[in-house]
This record gives sequence, structure tokens and C-alpha cells, in this order.
Amino acid sequence: MPERNQTPQTAQTAQTAQTAQALRTAPVRPAEGDACTAPPSAGDRGDDRGDDRAVARDALGVGVAVGLSGFAFGVTSAGAGLSLAQTCALSLLVFTGASQFALVGALAAGGSPLTAAAGAFFLGTRNAFYGLRLSSLLRLPRAVRPAAAHLVIDETSLVALAQRDRRAARIGFAVTGISLYLLWNLTTLLGALGAAALGDTAAWGLDAAGPAVFLALLAPMLRTAAERATAGLAVLLGLGLLPVLPAGVPVLVAALAAPLVLLARGRRAGRRNGGEVR
Amino acid sequence: MSPEGVWIAIGATAAGCYLVKLLGLSVPAGALERPLVRRLAALLPVALLAALTAQQTFGGEGGALVVDARAGGLAAAAVALVLRAPFLVVVAAAVLVTAGLRALG
Repeated sequence: MPERNQTPQTAQTAQTAQTAQALRTAPVRPAEGDACTAPPSAGDRGDDRGDDRAVARDALGVGVAVGLSGFAFGVTSAGAGLSLAQTCALSLLVFTGASQFALVGALAAGGSPLTAAAGAFFLGTRNAFYGLRLSSLLRLPRAVRPAAAHLVIDETSLVALAQRDRRAARIGFAVTGISLYLLWNLTTLLGALGAAALGDTAAWGLDAAGPAVFLALLAPMLRTAAERATAGLAVLLGLGLLPVLPAGVPVLVAALAAPLVLLARGRRAGRRNGGEVR
Repeated sequence: MSPEGVWIAIGATAAGCYLVKLLGLSVPAGALERPLVRRLAALLPVALLAALTAQQTFGGEGGALVVDARAGGLAAAAVALVLRAPFLVVVAAAVLVTAGLRALG
């Protein structure tokens, strides 16, 4: 059964590297209970039930650790001027952290609703690629897909993809997704309520939470020269255009750093290899 | 920003983000597997996260660029990341250092 999950070699390798790298990132660090350091080997020789329990325990570790950071989102969103209902609606309905932080940041900076939503949306498109990998791995019944889709985010995907067979992947996905969803929404609510009690969130340094979250997500992605070049160019575009373009637009222009870097590398590779543009 | 505007932004983001999640689970495998699409998809969040980090650290009133306590907070977060601190510690470091610098300044 597991061999049916194989995808073309290049994609597989890239994804595996991405997964391994992402599992090393902050949200799923050993500090929160060796969540992801060992899931594939945990209970290797044990019976099925022992395996299931080990998978569920690891998944729960990730769900709890990351779910707690909903507190930072609730505080940030309330500090950005969103109401309690708006803040909670974001965590309930959007449920993909980076997009949520991006949206409230853009709105706080005075961006128009649709440019703010566009930035958040583009950040969320990576979940489509997780979904692609998961659909062949989990083989979900059609009726379950609409609900399961809501849980397709970084953490659930990475936990599921780290398992060695379909059964474990399904358990890992479900346990991570449900625990994370419940806790993320609960801590969002508490954070938003807490922010109101704190008053001026900037005085408490809470306006630094958003960029710190972005940096924590970004750091493990900066491995190759292309990734570093993209990040560098995006920073230049994002900051350089900030004073001249309407709020929310510079980040969308900065996203062009990705195709620009690919184009430049394609050109260079093409010249070097006599036309074989990858 | 009017409450209606915020709700529009929330609705658009929720709908868009849910649809891309569902799209990934629903389309036949291989449809989005072309190498170029994959590479672009991998680089897009890098560009967005880098730009957002920089803007939310150095962005001031009306699009002005400023260096204030947030820059110190972000530097603390970077140090925490280099030290492989857990996610929550990274965010807490940024918040505490920013608050500390503001209290001192």
C-alpha cells in the first residue's frame, strides 16, 4: 500500500527535503515533547494499536504546541483594531496562521480589504500543494473531503507526510488537525480578550509578535541560493515600495520576487547548458 | 477601516483560503505537479514572508520606513531561531525585547 503513494522522483525528493526541514522548524520542536523527532520509528515493532497510540501522541504534541500560538494571533488581531467577533471568525474560518497574521497586519497598516485579502490568499496557496500530496496519501472518501480540506495546513500536512503508511497518516492528520483547530480557536479567543485587558498592545511589544511569527516560518525555508535571493529581493521590493504604493500593494509586488528569481535562474542555466532551461 | 470593510476582507480571505485547500485535495494528482509550478509554489511563501517580516518591522505611519524597538525585537527573534528555540520562545523573545526597549526609551 505505501508504495502507491510514490510520486515522481523529483517532486518526492523536494517534498521530502521540505518536510524534513519543516519538521525541524520551531512549531514542532522537541521542546514540546519530542513531537516530531521520532514519529516514523515510534513503536516500530509493536502491534497496530501501540503504533496508533504513538502516532496519536506525537500528533497531539504538535497540535498542542502550535495551537497555543493562537494566543499571539488573538492579541495581535485585537491590537490591530479587529473586534472580538472578527478575530474569532478569522481563526474559525480561515484557519491558516500566516494568512491570518498577514491579513490583520495589512488591515492595521490601512490596506484596502481586497489588497489585504489578496496577500493573505497568496500566502494560503501553498496549502493547495499540501492537499495534492495528501489526497494520494490519505485517499479520503468524497464525503469527508470538504471537512478535511479545512484542516490542510502546514502542521497537519507535515505530520501526515512523516508517517510510513496510510493508516498512520490518517491518524496523524486527524489528531493534529482536530487538536490544533480546537486549541487555536480557544487561544485566539483568550488572546483577544487578554489584549482588551492589556490596553495599548504596542507598549507591551505585542506588535512585534506578527513579524516574529513570519520570521520563524521563513527561517527554515532559506536553504538554497534561489530561496535566499527570493527573500532578499522581496525585502528590497517590499520596503522600497512601501512609501510609494498604497498599503497592502507593496507585499503583492514583492511576491513577484519568486517568478523573477526563477526566470533569472532559468536564463542563466539556459546559457550554461546550451538551451536546457529547467 | 470600517467594520464592513474588515468583514469583506475576512470573507474574501476565508473563501479563498478554503477553496485552495479544497482544490488541492480534489484535483487529480499530477495536475499541479509540473516542476515549474512546484518551484514557484515553493518560492512564493518565501517572497511573501520575507516582505511581510520586513514591512511589519520597519513600516511606520503612512508608509514611512522607521527603525524602532520592533527591530530590536526581531533581532532577538533571529537569535532565538539561530539557537533553535521553540516557536513560542521565538515570538516571546521578540515581544519581550520590544517591550523592554520601549520601556527604556
